[in-house]
Amino acid sequence: MSSAFQHTRGGVAVRFDAAEAALLRKLFGELVELLDDGAGDADDDPLTSAVGTFEPRSTPDDPAVARLFPDAYRDDEEAASDFRRYTESDLRSGKIDAARVAAESLGDGGRLVLTAEQAQTWLTALNDLRLTLGTRLSVTEDHEQVFGALPDDDPRKQLWYVYDWLSYLQQSLVEALAHDL
Amino acid sequence: MGVEMSVAPVEVERPASDEDVRLDMPWVTIVWNDPVNLMSYVTYVFQSYFGYAKDQAEKLMLDVHLKGKAVVSSGTREEMERDVNAMHAYGLWATLEHQS
Repeated sequence: MSSAFQHTRGGVAVRFDAAEAALLRKLFGELVELLDDGAGDADDDPLTSAVGTFEPRSTPDDPAVARLFPDAYRDDEEAASDFRRYTESDLRSGKIDAARVAAESLGDGGRLVLTAEQAQTWLTALNDLRLTLGTRLSVTEDHEQVFGALPDDDPRKQLWYVYDWLSYLQQSLVEALAHDL
Repeated sequence: MGVEMSVAPVEVERPASDEDVRLDMPWVTIVWNDPVNLMSYVTYVFQSYFGYAKDQAEKLMLDVHLKGKAVVSSGTREEMERDVNAMHAYGLWATLEHQS
């Protein structure tokens, strides 16, 4: 079992064993794959990356992706689409970069001491993972009762264990970071 | 994050006619409840992004959690688009609307 994130004099520290580091790298990798829909191509075109895409952008079909990029306007589809055109590409790149940086900082496990900047990156990357898994599992407020009651060989239960572990990590990271507020 | 660059052009495109009557009226950023974001995380985001004191941040978080939503900031449309974009970067479910 990993340690939780901890506030230390040198920065936020955490320890993962090799299997945990491999699992996290795999999950971050899958998140990058999910988010990298070719919108990153905008980076090749300076104009597009500066002003956003000119194509209308609708709510993403995949519920997990839609959760990461929700409509900014509830009752105005056109304004929501406009907002997407100018923001979604940057948001996607930011989330992809965060997942990559977090994955790379893991190495093969062991003790990590994060800089303040790395800790912020981990905070959003871990949360994006939780949002993605949480959407896949359709978690509700009472998820502990719902999933806790599933038999151990139910594949959803295995995924929920992962989700629960990520929640534990996230909680400890928030507490470690709250030290410096 | 290039937020300024990506949000600013939205203003340029907007027809002025419809906007003129609303110039003094504040827009608001609303954060909605969801079952994934941790209460501690939401409080942390309100403190670190908006600069709210812990008590105020916790009160807003509890409004989100118990009432389903909370108004977390108000200002011009452009400012609220910036706040909503920031909330989405943090993974919070946020929208903006004109306060009626």
